[in-house]
Amino acid sequence: MAQINLLHAINSALDIAMAEDKSAVCFGEDVGHFGGVFRATSGLQEKYGKARCFNTPLVEQGIIGFANGLAAQGSIAIAEIQFADYIFPAFDQIVNEAAKFRYRSGNEFNVGKLTIRSPYGGGIAGGLYHSQSPEAYFAHTPGLKVVIPRNPYQAKGLLLASIRDDNPVIFFEPKRLYRASVGEVPEEDYQLPLGKAEVVQTGTDITLLAWGAQMEIIEKAAQMASNDGISCEVVDLRTILPWDIETISNSVMKTGRLLISQEAPLTAGFASEIAATIQSECFLHLESPIARVCGLDTPYPLALEKEYVSDHLKVYEAIIKSVNF
Amino acid sequence: MSTEIYDDGPVVHQPTFIDGTSVEIPELRILDQDGVTYPNADLPDIDQALATKIYHSLAFHRVLDERMVASQRQGRLSFYMTALGEEATSVGGAAGLKPQDMIMMQYREQGALIYRGFDLKDLMNQLFSNAGDLGKGRQMPIHYGSKALNCMTVSSPLATQIPQATGYAYGQKMQGIDAVTICYFGEGAASEGDFHAGLNMAAVQEAPVIFFCRNNGYAISTPSDEQFKGNGIASRGVGYGIKTIRIDGNDILAVLKATQIARAYAIKENKPVLIEAMSYRLGAHSTSDDPSGYRTKEEEAKWQSHDPILRMKNWLINQNWWDEAQETALFEKYREEVLAAVKVAEKIDKPHIDTMITDVYDVPSAQLQAQLDEVKAHVNKYPEAYPFTAGKF
Repeated sequence: MAQINLLHAINSALDIAMAEDKSAVCFGEDVGHFGGVFRATSGLQEKYGKARCFNTPLVEQGIIGFANGLAAQGSIAIAEIQFADYIFPAFDQIVNEAAKFRYRSGNEFNVGKLTIRSPYGGGIAGGLYHSQSPEAYFAHTPGLKVVIPRNPYQAKGLLLASIRDDNPVIFFEPKRLYRASVGEVPEEDYQLPLGKAEVVQTGTDITLLAWGAQMEIIEKAAQMASNDGISCEVVDLRTILPWDIETISNSVMKTGRLLISQEAPLTAGFASEIAATIQSECFLHLESPIARVCGLDTPYPLALEKEYVSDHLKVYEAIIKSVNF
Repeated sequence: MSTEIYDDGPVVHQPTFIDGTSVEIPELRILDQDGVTYPNADLPDIDQALATKIYHSLAFHRVLDERMVASQRQGRLSFYMTALGEEATSVGGAAGLKPQDMIMMQYREQGALIYRGFDLKDLMNQLFSNAGDLGKGRQMPIHYGSKALNCMTVSSPLATQIPQATGYAYGQKMQGIDAVTICYFGEGAASEGDFHAGLNMAAVQEAPVIFFCRNNGYAISTPSDEQFKGNGIASRGVGYGIKTIRIDGNDILAVLKATQIARAYAIKENKPVLIEAMSYRLGAHSTSDDPSGYRTKEEEAKWQSHDPILRMKNWLINQNWWDEAQETALFEKYREEVLAAVKVAEKIDKPHIDTMITDVYDVPSAQLQAQLDEVKAHVNKYPEAYPFTAGKF
């Protein structure tokens, strides 16, 4: 198996999806000949032609509105929003249109063939507008699926599953890991299940839960804690919506403790939803309050990013606090 | 209430379509590349003092961009954006206005700030996100802004400033003050919904706003012929019922003339104006971009020969207002000043940890204060992991 980075894994998934179905179309700002500002769509225009992989005008609401129409028509629409921070002009098309297309028409029409890819998250000195993690806004919208991979293998399998899933999916890619995360990825077609969390490391004392780029943070913290004799169960949520309550509940019923780490601000982040559900599902099994390690309730900063973000040291401290509660 | 607009055209009895070529849009050019004004050209209101001030701003801008790209390559700076080749649009626009006029920049208009006298120290503090930055080190480099100079702080999302400029100008009109708003944006940003909303509202609400489009040919890698099929951005101004002019954006005198006229019209009539300045983004989109992947050296070379700064220099020399010795001395002086300012700014501390929670609201909430206290305790426990703030509070 080849060792490739997360960008190549995305590119490979797109290549397979476009080769498999002639109706599959990839588009967004700069995604054509240039291959996108991060090069995720490199070579696709050369291989599949300008009609199937192209630059759009600079208008996010247009990109997603177009994608909704294309998907409703029956084509596979794979739209890129250049940065998740710039998805908001398309909010109406996503929240009021894509998410409600099937429901409002009694399934006369749907946009199940829509996938929206977008790089999200911090750690690249991007400041306010190149660092946000907006998954919670979309998690509040029934009808959408929200998926976030943690490494190249996950990215390829989850993206192929997202493209083939018969619901509109927002696929947020951790851009800090685009080149930094390298791993073995099969060249052939494979899918990983949506709506399923994955236990990455088993443990007995506390469950650490995260998604995307935060996974390596909690893995590092778990390593630190293991030096103190604390056994952490590390879980990747993978799909934010609809999320895998069963896997998380089973883990917490075993360990008795839960810590959730997210990059986004604390208040009304997806960690809050998980905490509410798990305290309800696992109330009598909990040994300590569910811990949320998150960004502060401020916009994402630039100079003081290190202080702001949930890092392995903050997670480690929260593990100790939870275990000693 | 009136819908008489629809009764203006002639009635025909055969289908008669009009297309994108129906509106012919001339391009104003006053100065040729050799620095000679066209014989019948209407010159802007300009004397030697103003010309010198404009040229100094252009020269400083060029030096600043060169030095900062070099600093970024040396790893001293995380990111930078030049305005190479289109400096005349921002400097000339600012020069055509009064200091009380609001300037809303997109992100490639540091020339406007430079013309208004934004201190080199303030530029540097922003670029190095240090404790002296007016924006408190929160935004990426080049996101400048200054209340004192009436330059609205840059925001990365594209075109959001366009409808805001309409509202700002409407407020100026309501207060009856002698001030307009100029709003800069690129031809790429003009594809955003906010562009259309902003122009239409300006026309309908009659706001004294000057929409200044820098049509520089590229939105990152996307050339303008993949951005739109109409006759540039100017044709849209006509569609919205806005007085519109297209100019040579590399001709400082054309930029100045158009802005002076636009300002006078906006003030007198309380109506918007659209200026489309034709130029070319000679540099990369940003230091994160490499144009060799999407355009040719030949194309760049062609536009290098339309350098707006060289064109103005030629004119100044023809006016006997400038010579090569002054040129060399000025550029050398600016290079030294910028280099010295870099050395100072990069040694200044990052903003104080308390700035993490200020300005989210007018007053930080109790929750935010508690979150900050938690961060402080954590930094004290692991000082080596947070070198910017450890031991500094």
